[in-house]
Amino acid sequence: MTGQSAFATALLDPARPTPEGLQNPFGGAVGKRFDVYRNNVAVSLTAALETGFPTVCKLVGDDFFKALAGVYLRANPPSDPRLALYGTTFPGFLARFEPARPYGYLPDVARLDLGLRQSYHAADAAPFDTTGLDPAAVLLLKPRLAPATLILSSHHPVFAIWRFNHEAGAPKPDPAPQDVLIARKGYDPAPHLLPPGGLVLARALKGRLTLAEAMTRTLAAHPTADIAALVTLLFTSGALTNDA
Amino acid sequence: MPLDPAAPRRGITTQMPEGQTMLDATAPRTLPAAAGIGYKSQHFAGLMAAPGPVGWLEIHAENYMAAGGRSIAQLRALADHFPISAHGVGLSIGGEGPLDTDHLARLRHLCDWLQPARFSEHLAWSTHDTGFLNDLLPLPYTAATLARVCTHIEQVQEALGRRMLLENPATYLAFAESQMAEVDFLSEISRRTGCGLLLDVNNVFVSATNQGWDARAYIDAFPLHAVGEIHLGGHDTDADDQGRPLLIDSHGRAVVDPVWALYAHTIARGGPRPTLIEWDNDVPPLTELQAEAARATAILTPVEDTP
Repeated sequence: MTGQSAFATALLDPARPTPEGLQNPFGGAVGKRFDVYRNNVAVSLTAALETGFPTVCKLVGDDFFKALAGVYLRANPPSDPRLALYGTTFPGFLARFEPARPYGYLPDVARLDLGLRQSYHAADAAPFDTTGLDPAAVLLLKPRLAPATLILSSHHPVFAIWRFNHEAGAPKPDPAPQDVLIARKGYDPAPHLLPPGGLVLARALKGRLTLAEAMTRTLAAHPTADIAALVTLLFTSGALTNDA
Repeated sequence: MPLDPAAPRRGITTQMPEGQTMLDATAPRTLPAAAGIGYKSQHFAGLMAAPGPVGWLEIHAENYMAAGGRSIAQLRALADHFPISAHGVGLSIGGEGPLDTDHLARLRHLCDWLQPARFSEHLAWSTHDTGFLNDLLPLPYTAATLARVCTHIEQVQEALGRRMLLENPATYLAFAESQMAEVDFLSEISRRTGCGLLLDVNNVFVSATNQGWDARAYIDAFPLHAVGEIHLGGHDTDADDQGRPLLIDSHGRAVVDPVWALYAHTIARGGPRPTLIEWDNDVPPLTELQAEAARATAILTPVEDTP
């Protein structure tokens, strides 16, 4: 009898022999036939990771990425069949994986790739609408962060690295910590550099403060913050939605 | 590509170029005995503009389980224009363990809002304690497997409130413990559970080659009355340890002539059935899929002899 445990274990470990009880219908060795399944698993999950982490893939190159993916997928196959969710532990894996250690920024770049994917699949929300309101009234609103809005705080220049790898002519990244706002306009998520104070502003809105209170709190924490630019970024990027 | 979510969803009249068929959005949600294609998002605009011979679409259920976003919005729009067949690739109906009830609930949710004309899954397993393996793994055809698969199918049909279709697999090896022929195994599942069958003619060709069966005899023994849908796809050719041909169900190229011949034999024997062109890897331009769909249409609706 060939149990599925033995089958699954051998499937994920190319060093193991083909499980007992499997046959070549014509007689003889069954190894290359079993390898079709091994190959299907490795190739399809590697492809899912390549699609899910395009910037990491670009940074390390196809060959190194395939090697990384091979190690990761064998230790961490998907926990459920929704491949759009696969790889949530990949950034942490990159942080611990010795051959990737020299590239200290990789885990956060992977978090940015993952965040863009999560934003893409997040629930839809109507954009923040202030039509017909005077500015004083707008300041009293409590906009919510849309479900597709995510913020990533990094010790590395992740936004600059992302831009350099996806936009022709983007400047070469200089070492610097960067916060990134991921926001979705319509159905297209995009990363934006979140200037100093942005994190405080977003957290204040998440904490259900009015726009005026959130701006005050931001300026208290970051007196030199360009509050007008920050509010404009949140308003125009699709990051906000109306109070329910 | 842009998709206007504000566009009206139901009851709209769409002007189609002459010679194009457009299914009435108010028509009952059944699959026509016509050609369909596996939906890929890059073909959204093309399909909405000019479906050509494409009479229905199939989607992989697992790709439409997100909370929102463009994929869901596009599927909602497509469902107003095409009958949709929802094809599950991750339920692991042949799994030794219990079915994942969370996943079953997600399928139920999809079927509830989408109201697909069909829901189908595979005679295979893909999930174990180790996780989801993302392949359709083979089963030994024994009394124990039969009982387990039947229990799982009954659970699916109960949970979804509908009859499902079960697809014959493409296999690459055999199990020493198997006691039944695959065709008898599938017939018995259908008889016991009342489920319909999805006959993948390319899988028949691939498995027949890999297992040393007679593909035509397989079709002739298949309970064609239970077939609710047919799949056609491309395969790759490799060799086993002994240098014997080993065909691999890759869905990455055109349907080969011997599979078209086997399909024509199937239709001649069982009558026309909704037929899907499956092309999941190295996906070609829509026109190429439409050409394959037209070829299936020609077999489904032969030109009548003029007296």
